[in-house]
Amino acid sequence: MNTSTTNAPPAPESNILLNVNGIEVIYNHVVLVLKGVSLQVPEGRIVAILGGNGAGKTTTLRAISNLLKGERGEVTKGMIEYRGERVEALSPSDLVRRGVVQVMEGRHCFAHLTIEENLLAGAYTRSDKGEIAANLDKVYTYFPRLKTRRTSQAAYTSGGEQQMCAIGRALMSNPNMVLLDEPSMGLAPQIVEEVFEIVKDLNAKEKVSFLLAEQNTMVALRYADFGYIVENGRIVMEGAAQELASNEDVKEFYLGLSGEGRKSFREVKHYRRRKRWLS
Amino acid sequence: MGFFLETLFGGLMAGMLYSLVALGFVLIYKASGVFNFAQGAMVLFAALAMARFAEWFPKWFGFESLLLANLLAFIAAMAMMVVLAWAIERLCLSKLVNQEGITLLMATLGIAYFLDGFGQTLFGSDIYSINVGMPKDPAFILEGMFEGGVMVSKEDLVAAVIAALLVIVLALFFQKTKTGRALRAVADDHQAAQSIGIPLNTIWVIVWSVAGFAALIAGIIWGSKLGVQFTLSLVALKALPVVILGGLTSVPGAIIGGLIIGVGEKLSEIYIGPMLGGGIEIWFAYVLALGFLLVRPQGLFGEKIIDRV
Ligand SMILES: Nc1ncnc2c1ncn2[C@@H]1O[C@H](COP(=O)(O)OP(=O)(O)O)[C@@H](O)[C@H]1O
Ligand SMILES: [Mg+2]
Repeated sequence: MNTSTTNAPPAPESNILLNVNGIEVIYNHVVLVLKGVSLQVPEGRIVAILGGNGAGKTTTLRAISNLLKGERGEVTKGMIEYRGERVEALSPSDLVRRGVVQVMEGRHCFAHLTIEENLLAGAYTRSDKGEIAANLDKVYTYFPRLKTRRTSQAAYTSGGEQQMCAIGRALMSNPNMVLLDEPSMGLAPQIVEEVFEIVKDLNAKEKVSFLLAEQNTMVALRYADFGYIVENGRIVMEGAAQELASNEDVKEFYLGLSGEGRKSFREVKHYRRRKRWLS
Repeated sequence: MGFFLETLFGGLMAGMLYSLVALGFVLIYKASGVFNFAQGAMVLFAALAMARFAEWFPKWFGFESLLLANLLAFIAAMAMMVVLAWAIERLCLSKLVNQEGITLLMATLGIAYFLDGFGQTLFGSDIYSINVGMPKDPAFILEGMFEGGVMVSKEDLVAAVIAALLVIVLALFFQKTKTGRALRAVADDHQAAQSIGIPLNTIWVIVWSVAGFAALIAGIIWGSKLGVQFTLSLVALKALPVVILGGLTSVPGAIIGGLIIGVGEKLSEIYIGPMLGGGIEIWFAYVLALGFLLVRPQGLFGEKIIDRV
């Protein structure tokens, strides 16, 4: 959580926290998965990467947090800047120290550690005991559920609690920017809302910026400021969240809102596109 | 009855040492998923370093004190184990990360052979002794209960206390320290650990160093009892059945598995041995482990796979 007090009004251009420019990612030296992805996260914003399964959302986040190596992936083109500094060569640990932390898809809590131990493990890169304790308290105020389960082994908590644990654990590193991968996956709708409300809250009060990967377009666009739609390793559309949410194509392909009646022209016009989007 | 107890104690002491070696195994397996065949070789290497440094230092630096010699030798041997851990991580693990388990297993076999050879080149290949002042005379306990009491070796008793202390220290380290927590985190999910900024390389060096420390303690106790020689690395192979029995991922399993095998060996040798013509001690552990593989492959305490996470 960013405790700095800079509350300056957003100045265009100068407050870009994360700048991803035309990156290509290859797995196993052969599989080209990202084919030139560019995106930006302004300081203090929630930005969503949207797209279907296999579109390349997770790969994009991994490229930023540098967790690609463990997956035998590699950024072969383009560049990634965090606060104006090139970060492709930094280790995940270095990035966490600089304030960028990823919450992995599927939560990945430490199964045999208690919730509290999970959270404390998240403070590995820090050393000031007092600050860590204060941070822990703060996480408990944002996630009161975690406090009630603090002594339970993570494996025996619910999916929602585990998602909160994973986010809380990341917050323990005192990040400026959280890369949040599919937080809604496998959660009941009202738990999804609960998690997103907390994310919004953290963003507003603690000034944590979020880059969010989601298949759940509808929910993500309600909470995000800006969105990118990825398909097949490319950004195919971008815009302010409200614009995207009201865009006809997005409505039709991602929000499932297309009316039954409008078949003829629109169907034909978008047929090619749709096929690609859903492939 | 007195005789039975004597055998039992003897078995427990031997078992303690198996536990120590098995402990190193389990730590490394948990943290890096590597089945470390080199654990036995590490015991021999550490014991060799300890024995030879304790012999050399007084000559090199011209002092007499045995205590000082042992102390310095211990520090030097431990430093070597740390350097070894670092080198293994650098030259081997970090290159092989994400390879198949079998590749890593072969790599540790390579490390084992290298260590055997390198240790002998560095320190010589004779039989050396470690003298850390272990009491060599027997003691008699429970004299009130049995005529003549039960005879136990004082050396074994001291060894058991040291082993127990080591286990307690390790348990505290894992439960109470930040690094210990990080080690457990890595053991649970190394990707997630990496994602929150725990550097795997550092953790591996620490784990191999801790395993090296356990190897050093085992090497000293064993070496002081039997002399430091090549067979040490073979005796350490007993750790294999121990971890199969106790469960590859369980620290308490390693300890209890070691005790069971130590005691089982001695008792079966005495009570079943005469029927089969003796020699049971040599294969007992392996047969027991084999039986376990058939009935309960995850071992006595192998961690339940928790699939809710
Ligand atoms: N470790 C990997 N090795 C090889 N290919 C991978 C790996 N991870 C993902 N991919 C491939 O990369 C593509 C994008 O995957 P991913 O980034 O996980 O998509 P998303 O998160 O949008 O579902 C998919 O086709 C997937 O099969
Ligand atoms: Mg994904």
